[in-house]
Amino acid sequence: MSLKLKALLKSPWVFHLSTGSCNNCDIETLDCLTPRFDIERFGMLLVGSIKHADVLLVSGSCNRMSVERMKELFEQVPKPCLVVAIGTCAGSRGIFKDSYNCPVPLDKIIPVDVYIPGCPPKPEAIIAGAVKLIEKVGSTL
Amino acid sequence: MGKTIIPIGPYHPLQEEPEFFTLTVEGETVVDIDVRIGYNHRGIEKLSEMKTFENSTFVVERICGICSTSHPFAYTRAVEDIFPMEVSMRSKYIRTIIAEGERLHSHLLWLGLAGHFLGYNTVYMWAWKLREEILDVMEILSGNRNNYAMFKPGGVRRDIRSEDIPICISKIDSIVPTLVMLKKAVLDDPVLHARLKGVGIMSYQDAIDFSALGPTSRASGVARDVRKDSPYGAYQEMEWDMIVTKNGDVFDKAVVRILEMFETIKILKYCLNNLPDGEIDAKIKDVPPGEGIGHIEAPRGETFHYVKSDGTNRPMRHKVRAPTFMNFPTYKATVKGQTISDATIILAAIDPCYCCTERIAVKDDKGRMLYNGQDLIRLSREKTEKIRQRMGGK
Repeated sequence: MSLKLKALLKSPWVFHLSTGSCNNCDIETLDCLTPRFDIERFGMLLVGSIKHADVLLVSGSCNRMSVERMKELFEQVPKPCLVVAIGTCAGSRGIFKDSYNCPVPLDKIIPVDVYIPGCPPKPEAIIAGAVKLIEKVGSTL
Repeated sequence: MGKTIIPIGPYHPLQEEPEFFTLTVEGETVVDIDVRIGYNHRGIEKLSEMKTFENSTFVVERICGICSTSHPFAYTRAVEDIFPMEVSMRSKYIRTIIAEGERLHSHLLWLGLAGHFLGYNTVYMWAWKLREEILDVMEILSGNRNNYAMFKPGGVRRDIRSEDIPICISKIDSIVPTLVMLKKAVLDDPVLHARLKGVGIMSYQDAIDFSALGPTSRASGVARDVRKDSPYGAYQEMEWDMIVTKNGDVFDKAVVRILEMFETIKILKYCLNNLPDGEIDAKIKDVPPGEGIGHIEAPRGETFHYVKSDGTNRPMRHKVRAPTFMNFPTYKATVKGQTISDATIILAAIDPCYCCTERIAVKDDKGRMLYNGQDLIRLSREKTEKIRQRMGGK
């Protein structure tokens, strides 16, 4: 497992998953790929299929409909897989805590490695979170 | 030839948000389309009814990140409609500035994504690079790149400092040459002409029948813009043109949005240069019983809010209708008869925004109820049924 993890950290491919967010975190995540921030210089690449992913970027408060899909999708990711919760909604459900349709926070559904707070987090914060994730996992090897 | 059903979604790279399309195809041609939403429903209307009138602005702001001005704008107008009150001219100007800044970055975002879908990643990168400048302006004015929290019933929360204005104007000016270049690159490109012209045509009659809104309808020749039809904010103070084109295809939808960006820059600069002095907050104490409606022109079309007050400090009923909700059914007119490869850009051409739209999902796959509020269920179902009948009686 650790060899796999070591290989993964060189160039983590990310899959972006929105579980009922307001779109801001998703747009800010995409912003990281564009010229001003350019997260690809860290070897990160947004992939189209979850089967290619090393890292899951999850944004949004999970609602009843997406919880089932989340579990299914998490089973499909090749392991080891790291999970990043982007934004306050994914971290703690934030303003949607009292909503009838957001029953559980994300970390009760799947294991989360890094939380990036903010509504929405700035691209700089997302990049800092990604770097911290690499450092954190790298130090355990 | 047998029919094949192609499911797309709910999680896929086409758009950032979860949604589920079923395309029924015969060979290459799409013969039917069905859209299923509900992956983004968060119960905002009920949440808003738990909050006070002032705090609700923060909830409605989070309906959609890209429309994080349109929803509070419509909501505050609805609250101000409940009882007669005067909003100061300065706060009207500030509201207009924030709303137009949002329109500018939203259209740039769409342009970038459209380029991305077509395989023109250069357009994607250019447009999003320009968008960063606008987000900088918004950060200077409001303190955040998105979710500006500028609105409150009766005025705005934060004033614009006069020393910030020249910086903002110079930043807005700095994107104009690149925007002109981008406009030429997109509108004169022969490949884009071949790819987009005559694709996904929505006729004038279809736009009327489906009650399409915003740039989607304006591309089909329907001159419909809340900013002109029922002026609010500071829009009647300056000269600007409503962009209307005739063909209704994807190309025209792009043209409308690109040309609208230049109008927006005009409005923005006028407002920043002519910002009147005065109070920014009317300091509302109590909201009397009554009901009010507020509608404004969001980047995607008309956003409509209804607020009912029973004299307490929180809304008794709050109803939201987002523009994409009205633009969704136009897929029935535009996608049918097109090839699968064109379906992507046609689906993207209305600039769909699912997190805005998800007001109506009342049932999950097995028909279990997700709502508790009986009133909401009834209203939502009636509305869903109406849309279903209009979309083909399924």
